[in-house]
Amino acid sequence: MGALGAISFASPWLLAALAALPVLWFLLRAMPPAPLRRRFAGVALLLGLADREVQAERTPWWLLLLRMVALGAAIVGFAGPVLNPASQAVGAGPLLIAIDASWADAPSWARVQDRAARALEVARAAGRPAALLALSDLPGGQLSFGTADAVAEGLPGLAPRPWEPGEADWAALLPEGRFDTLWLSDGLARAMRAGFLAAVEPRGTVTVFQPAAPVLALGAPQLLDGAVKVPLLSNGAEASELEVVARGPDPAGIERDLGRVTALAGADADFALPAELRNRITRFEIAGQRGAGAVALTDDALKRRKVALVAAGSAREGLELLAPTHYLRQALAPSAEILEGTLEDMLLAAPDAVILADVAQVADPERLADWVARGGLLIRFAGPRMAAGLTGQDDPLLPVRLRAGGREVGGTMSWGAPRTLAPFAPDSPFAGLVLPAEVVVRAQVLAEPSPELASRTIASLEDGTPLVTRAALGEGWVVLFHVSANAEWSSLPLSGLFVQMLERLALASGTAREGVADLAGATWVAERVLDGFGALRPAGALGGVSGEKLAARELGAALPPGLYSAGERQVALNTIAPGRVLEGAVWPAGVTVEADVQAPPPLPLQGALLALALGLLLVDVLGTLAVSGRLRAARGVAVLLALLLLPFAPGPARAEMDPARALAVAGEVVLAYVPTGDDAVDRISAAGMVGLSQVLYARTSVEPGPPLAVDLETDDLALFTFLYWPVTADAAVPSPTAYARINRYLRGGGMILFDTRDADFAGFGTATPEGRRLQALAAPLDIPPLEPIPADHVLTRSFYLLQDFPGRFVGRGVWVEAAPPDAELAEGMPFRNLNDGVTPVVIGGNDWAAAWAVDGSGAPLLPVGRGQTGERQREIAYRFGVNLLMHVLTGNYKSDQVHVPALLERLGQ
Amino acid sequence: MSIAPAQTLRREAEALAAPLPPLLVAAEQLAASVQMGAHGRRRAGAGDEFWQFRAAAAGDALRSIDWRRSARSDAQYVREREWQAAQSIYLWVDGAASMQYSGAAARGSKATRARLLALALAVLMVRSGEKVGLLAPPSPPRPGRAQLLHLASLLAAPQDAGADYGAPAAEGLAPHARALMLSDFLGDPGAVEAALAAAAQRGVKGVLMQVLDPDEEAFPYDGRVIFESMGGSLRYETRAAGDLRLRYRERLAARRDLLAGLARAAGWQFGTHHTGQPAATALLWAFAALERGR
Repeated sequence: MGALGAISFASPWLLAALAALPVLWFLLRAMPPAPLRRRFAGVALLLGLADREVQAERTPWWLLLLRMVALGAAIVGFAGPVLNPASQAVGAGPLLIAIDASWADAPSWARVQDRAARALEVARAAGRPAALLALSDLPGGQLSFGTADAVAEGLPGLAPRPWEPGEADWAALLPEGRFDTLWLSDGLARAMRAGFLAAVEPRGTVTVFQPAAPVLALGAPQLLDGAVKVPLLSNGAEASELEVVARGPDPAGIERDLGRVTALAGADADFALPAELRNRITRFEIAGQRGAGAVALTDDALKRRKVALVAAGSAREGLELLAPTHYLRQALAPSAEILEGTLEDMLLAAPDAVILADVAQVADPERLADWVARGGLLIRFAGPRMAAGLTGQDDPLLPVRLRAGGREVGGTMSWGAPRTLAPFAPDSPFAGLVLPAEVVVRAQVLAEPSPELASRTIASLEDGTPLVTRAALGEGWVVLFHVSANAEWSSLPLSGLFVQMLERLALASGTAREGVADLAGATWVAERVLDGFGALRPAGALGGVSGEKLAARELGAALPPGLYSAGERQVALNTIAPGRVLEGAVWPAGVTVEADVQAPPPLPLQGALLALALGLLLVDVLGTLAVSGRLRAARGVAVLLALLLLPFAPGPARAEMDPARALAVAGEVVLAYVPTGDDAVDRISAAGMVGLSQVLYARTSVEPGPPLAVDLETDDLALFTFLYWPVTADAAVPSPTAYARINRYLRGGGMILFDTRDADFAGFGTATPEGRRLQALAAPLDIPPLEPIPADHVLTRSFYLLQDFPGRFVGRGVWVEAAPPDAELAEGMPFRNLNDGVTPVVIGGNDWAAAWAVDGSGAPLLPVGRGQTGERQREIAYRFGVNLLMHVLTGNYKSDQVHVPALLERLGQ
Repeated sequence: MSIAPAQTLRREAEALAAPLPPLLVAAEQLAASVQMGAHGRRRAGAGDEFWQFRAAAAGDALRSIDWRRSARSDAQYVREREWQAAQSIYLWVDGAASMQYSGAAARGSKATRARLLALALAVLMVRSGEKVGLLAPPSPPRPGRAQLLHLASLLAAPQDAGADYGAPAAEGLAPHARALMLSDFLGDPGAVEAALAAAAQRGVKGVLMQVLDPDEEAFPYDGRVIFESMGGSLRYETRAAGDLRLRYRERLAARRDLLAGLARAAGWQFGTHHTGQPAATALLWAFAALERGR
């Protein structure tokens, strides 16, 4: 690869061809353009005229220069110039590229990939075999070298992992023989570095590249004194200010920034947020930083549940330690928000759980049951009052039916020792909790034996009697502790097990989380996992992991960081372990550490130069044509070329109605028609509107303006009173936006007269092409149910008394909005009392516009019927038009009863 | 001789002439060349049609008195007839090679247009009863629609495009007739001058109509061009054709001035028609020029 300053050439010897350019200059210069032979009758007039200039004898200098530049550009282009070539020390032998590919690589992943790509490009040019090793995602067998090209193909698929590389058997993994190593490090110190370095150093030179930017990460968030502390970790020396964002869903469920805090790297970011906001936080992240390490997911640890404590009225005032709620309050106070008061008040505060301690009867059981069914958690504790109040009846607010009376063991009046607890069953939510030996039960309430008792028991005594039972109610749960909440019946409330059990019931969230004891016993299933860039993805087919493994935090492909859940509980497994300290990697003296300098990327210039040469040659074609006088003949070609070169500029879209037109339409009543695209039909429509306008002007107080063709796509339809829409068999369908406008128009009281112009000879809309087209056109319209026009429709009397609605054809097939089903014919009235409003559509096929159409002098344009009868028919058609417009303009005013006597008289009743 | 091209030419000519009224060619030399024609002149004279009765005056020949009319009253009446006269019109259409030129494929050649104009004028004349003939190939003037067919076949016949430029012939011209000459007049103006002189000697008046292609007017050429005449006899090479444009136009204008001067001197009229324009305008102009005879 030859290099000339910042430009290097793939095949520099091609540049020698530039030396031939001067020769070409002389050759081209001597050649005049070939003359054009042309027959011309006027040549007799030309004889004797002399040319004034003789320049065209030789190729003009500018054309020559053009060709030289084009040729030069082509030669240089084929030589393969590259701007800012990647200049690397070229070694020999195979090259191993090891990439940490951990979360710490994510922010500078593009740089890492770019560096690897450059190394592979150099290796390819030097013909070195290469191999790629992602240390966080080790291959199964021994690595082997391939061509640099093949390796480079796999590079874009490589992504950083949300965990860090670990120890491995490097000797078994690394290829045989000597090779050079390029280690793309993420810059963090970790134990495996020494081992890997020891494995590769004896095999060849080792070069390390690591990004210059410090690695930043978020530690585990902690809730301390109502504020959330998020440690901001960095391996850099300088403490820069960073912004930490708390994100979570807003009440509408949309993910938003819930808080932003600026903190120094190495310090804690303190979020002092109201509990409402804090409970919604799902993750913390460093603003503008990618990578799984810059994300800290939150789980139940940050949430403080609202728990409503309800106890029976305290008859024994002052006996605080004996109060049924004392131990509950003690257990829940550090981790939950406790509400106390009457049950009715507390249900309004939307608690997460309600605890009834020794309450026999609830004041409003339906309401409480309803609350539970909607997802509430009701925990009840037995007690003397409850035992006394038991009736043996089924209670929806108890998980099992209880026997009346209680049971006492180990007391003075009974034989046998107090009972201890049986180990928790594996499917119990308490599975895995360690039973303290000192927990004994002296009294309990007993369940009636029933088939579902066993399945509802989640904790039992050693004799098998249930201690805790649970049943689903709707979407919620009802849990019953068969002992009291104070130390009267058992020592359970005195033990740590009590708190753990409450925690397992998702009541309280413990502070000592992720301990083995906490997590053990349950199988945790990943719900969503983090990828290397810090985005949460569905976990897919990841298997469940045991709590012990989860607690051990050995992150890897089998245990990616993310959100894990078991039953009601959810645990966030974050990339950064609690207490992790980030330290910069330190490299021994024998290792070359490459500075991370952002080099401008190599820019191949070949394409641009060849395109330039081609463009110049095109110009040369035009120039040659111009010089030899053929340009005129080639004008068509030139125009075509120019069109091809010009970007296609679409005409401005007409979306707005012309204001002058809008003014004209709004100022008067304007009869408008919808153009069909068929000129003959449109002409008739326009003439018909003119004819009807003239009749309206002459006979009524309506003075319409000149008719218009409405443009459904751009016109503001609200300004139009009435649209005449002739339907042709091949009418174009309006756009969806046009349909939306038409629907708005119809809802706003407009009227469309659809006219299929086919005399409806085949019955309404069934057989003619126009009828079918009308169905297709009108399908997207909001058209109410229709009916054939009834004899008492207001259209029959809105101006003239009509029973027929002929146009150029006579047919009864005119359809209007159906009358409401409850319209009734009152006694003695000729008309039904119909609904108000104007029918939004009138549909028929009588070709009204043709009957109305007049020419410029006001004479009818088309014949209607025969002779006098035909003229009568035309007159009735006009009357129908007048009635229609009157109906549009006055609504159902003629439907009133005001005119009934006169109408009765005229009807001859 | 094939009939089809002649019929096509005639059909087109009839279509072109259809909108115009019959042509009335003013005949100035009444006395000399009075021949009975088909149409009246709206004045008393020699003819077949009755025009009016008038009281006999001194000098009227006895045999001119209409006895039947005179017997109904005491005075003598003379029956006058409407004067009817026909004019002879000669057409000359340049058939030389230069007339075959057409600047664009969409336009017909100048010869096509010239023949069409000539025949359309003949249609108009025949319709008004005049006699039409051809100068070359010689065909004496005759009235009637049969003559049209004859003229059409003569005009549509393939011309021997021997010469590059045509020269008008004045040999067959009858005295005091009218003539219409259609050519591009790009050849030797001397021939035109001689023909006009001969025609003027015989008292013939007429119209010179120059038919040109628009390209011959605009000269839209550039660069290095070798121009050849249509017959190939003339050749002219230029290196910068665009540079010649102005000078060519000057020469064309000078030629036109020369022709107009010649026509004026002989009592003729001169007009130019471009094949890019509708033929009807040229026909209208020729029609008016012949009818008015000015």
